[in-house]
Amino acid sequence: MKDSHGHDAAGHGDGHGEPTSFWRKYVFSVDHKVIGIQYLITSFLFLLVGFSMMMLMRYQLAWPSPPDDFDPEKMSLLRSTIAKIFGDKMEYGFMRPDFYNQLGAMHGTIMIFLGVVPLGVAAFGNFVLPLQIGAPDMAFPRLNMASYWIYLVGGIVMMSSYFAPDGFPQSGWTSYAPLSIVAPPGQTVWCIAMLIIITSSLLGSINFIVTTLNMRAKGMTLGRMPVFVWAQLVTAVLLLLAFPVLEAGALLQFLDRVAGTSFYIPKDMMYGSTVFPAAGGGNPILWQHLFWFLAHPEVYVLLLPAMGIVAEIIATNTRKPIFGYREIVGSLILIGVLSFVVWAHHMFLSGMRTSLANLFVTTTLTISVPSVAVLSCLLLSLRGGAIRFNTPMLFALAFLPMFGIGGLTGLPLGFAPTDLHLHDTYYVIGHFHYVVAPGSLAALMGGTYYWYPKMFGRRMNETLGKIHFYMTIIPMNFIFFPMLFQGMWGMDRRLADPTLQWHNLPVQGWSVVMLFAAIVLFLGQIPFLWNFFWSLRHGEIAGENPWNATTLEWACPSPPPHGNFETPPEVFRGPYEYSVPGHKSDYWPQDEAA
Amino acid sequence: MIKEDWGFETGLPEAASSYAPNIDWLMYVLHTVMIGIFVVWGIYFIYCLVAYRARDGHTGTYHQTGEKASFIPDGLILAFEMWLVLAFGIPIWASVKQSTPPPAESNNIHIIAQQFAWNIHYPGPDGKFGRRDLKLVSASNSIGLDEQDPVAKDDIVTINQMQVPLGKPTILQMTSKDVIHDFWVSNFRNKQDVVPGLNTTLWFEPTKTGKFEIACAQLCGLGHTQMVGNVFVKTPEEFDSWQKSQVAEKAGTASAGSVAPAAEGKS
Repeated sequence: MKDSHGHDAAGHGDGHGEPTSFWRKYVFSVDHKVIGIQYLITSFLFLLVGFSMMMLMRYQLAWPSPPDDFDPEKMSLLRSTIAKIFGDKMEYGFMRPDFYNQLGAMHGTIMIFLGVVPLGVAAFGNFVLPLQIGAPDMAFPRLNMASYWIYLVGGIVMMSSYFAPDGFPQSGWTSYAPLSIVAPPGQTVWCIAMLIIITSSLLGSINFIVTTLNMRAKGMTLGRMPVFVWAQLVTAVLLLLAFPVLEAGALLQFLDRVAGTSFYIPKDMMYGSTVFPAAGGGNPILWQHLFWFLAHPEVYVLLLPAMGIVAEIIATNTRKPIFGYREIVGSLILIGVLSFVVWAHHMFLSGMRTSLANLFVTTTLTISVPSVAVLSCLLLSLRGGAIRFNTPMLFALAFLPMFGIGGLTGLPLGFAPTDLHLHDTYYVIGHFHYVVAPGSLAALMGGTYYWYPKMFGRRMNETLGKIHFYMTIIPMNFIFFPMLFQGMWGMDRRLADPTLQWHNLPVQGWSVVMLFAAIVLFLGQIPFLWNFFWSLRHGEIAGENPWNATTLEWACPSPPPHGNFETPPEVFRGPYEYSVPGHKSDYWPQDEAA
Repeated sequence: MIKEDWGFETGLPEAASSYAPNIDWLMYVLHTVMIGIFVVWGIYFIYCLVAYRARDGHTGTYHQTGEKASFIPDGLILAFEMWLVLAFGIPIWASVKQSTPPPAESNNIHIIAQQFAWNIHYPGPDGKFGRRDLKLVSASNSIGLDEQDPVAKDDIVTINQMQVPLGKPTILQMTSKDVIHDFWVSNFRNKQDVVPGLNTTLWFEPTKTGKFEIACAQLCGLGHTQMVGNVFVKTPEEFDSWQKSQVAEKAGTASAGSVAPAAEGKS
């Protein structure tokens, strides 16, 4: 490779100079736009994998065990097909508990670390952020390329755990010790893959911070940065400060598993009928602290880019400035700061000192205030607008009530006395899926429709987009709202067969509803995939600024050439100057001289 | 497709402990407020979508009003939440989790959880727990009870099936032999992780007799789903006679040369 491409690589020393070979241009590219699209496609693929695993789990949960009159000769076509594909993992189409635990752990890990975070942070951050601040590329283009390839390797290593004895890791995406220490070898692969993925995220976050602070165009003061750039900046700082803690934690777990250390193993722990062969003296709760010290800020890593995208789409499609720019930015920063002091609300019942709960209840309820502030600013932004209901806007609008439900249902979970009942039940699952799926993921889909014309120079089809929208948001509610009912009744999460516990039977009916909703949701993604690939060649030509928007990414051609802007842009005003009285059109781009 | 005993419940299960009504009350207050906020907010949302839709001759307005006033709901929510914490959160948490009723006046039980069973250790009529030693753990002695210990003579060990009397609190001192489990009875509105190398405490005072299911609420491995048991809340008289019969049965088997603990019910 060096021989045939050495010349190109040399030309890339400064990250400029347009590459000419196919490999350098589309595969081993250092161009932030290509890397962004690589992240976009890879993370959508992982989302599809994680989603498919969930389809299988929902099928299992709808009919978890054979009825008394079950006749293997008369299985439905679906059941016999599933039984054929998965063999002894799903005999007669009923899932073995260890396979259920594997899919559960992988669904969480994939969706969070390989799906939504890379999509929100790395895909949109890479593609949009340099354009929005008027930069020719990221600050460290080769580091950027390294982030993507390290992420891809991490993802492949994570998936390869399937080939370990006993398959995928099966201790939940939270990998609580000591279960994760005594678990089969797939868990070791999980630790290694996490170390790789975290490294990729850390490289990326440094890149985003430096780019945002140092590469802004002339006149792009911090107070003129779009909300999306602010959201990415806060997110990058969160990743940079929180992820090293999990990286250390995962390394310690790796050592406990392979090197016989006892960071998380207490003295005299047994496994089966024998004493576990380790010195002991460690503490299982330490893992939970290290894990949640990352994983709570991680929730905001899932959320903040989505909020930024929603702010961009709403400003453009209400044809007015967003409400309370400074309040939103201040709230994003406050969320970032507070997200570091709420982690132990996941651990009220873990056996940590019980009086600590009072502190974490207080910080947890406090962090809801800036989240409410962002949401009310976005809502109030609609007031006085001239709202266009295109596909990106529909997704952005849906984000508001959906994230509203997600945020509100966090209240009884963060409040310790009610968490006594709701902790580790389906209520938790319903709550965070509302935040991440019809919340963050809907916003990210809106972002895909919104920036697609900039990425590929063509627009996606609106009719297919709207079908996709309704077939996504409506079934999601039929999946996640019943979870709140099941949790309220006391059904636990992570049960391969909830009907083995008699107290769950009065809410088991909901699982059947959820399966049918999940099937509709699955079918609803077909118009999206079709639209995405069909529009690459057949979509309506977009032009430079298809939405008549004001921010800088719309000031360069679609798709932008290598180096983005023909001449370095200069910024004269804030990001959302829509419907300015006396101006010739209803939008006044940031780079347009007065 | 939906079996006869499957249902579509939407509320809370029957409350059966002394503090459950407090927690349920908080649950109703919180959900009422949540639904209230969502409805008010949703009405305004829909109003905006209709009133400010794009149409001929309608343009966006550049000037914003009420930026300061928008802090009012934020402030109200903060005030409501802090009131909730100070008036209910801290006191209720303190009474449920930070203290227990006096042990001398309570029914004391030790729980030794393992993959995938709840070993339940009662002190017997003398109220004293016999010594447990890891080295004595065997197939017939799952908790490693030292039968040579004089106070262990009347100790009772059961698996998964727990008997408690009505009318006084029960205090559980819990630990785990292997991984983390979580003791959870939905009707009591309380759960607690059971951690190896650590003693955790959970107490409850049942308010009605009956059978309530124990589930493990922390993923503990392959058999997690099946790690279930029952709490049988009995009248004090029934409880005493159960205890006497267990002690007598144990004395009988002990004199016959076996030290197997009485294990009631199936695992």
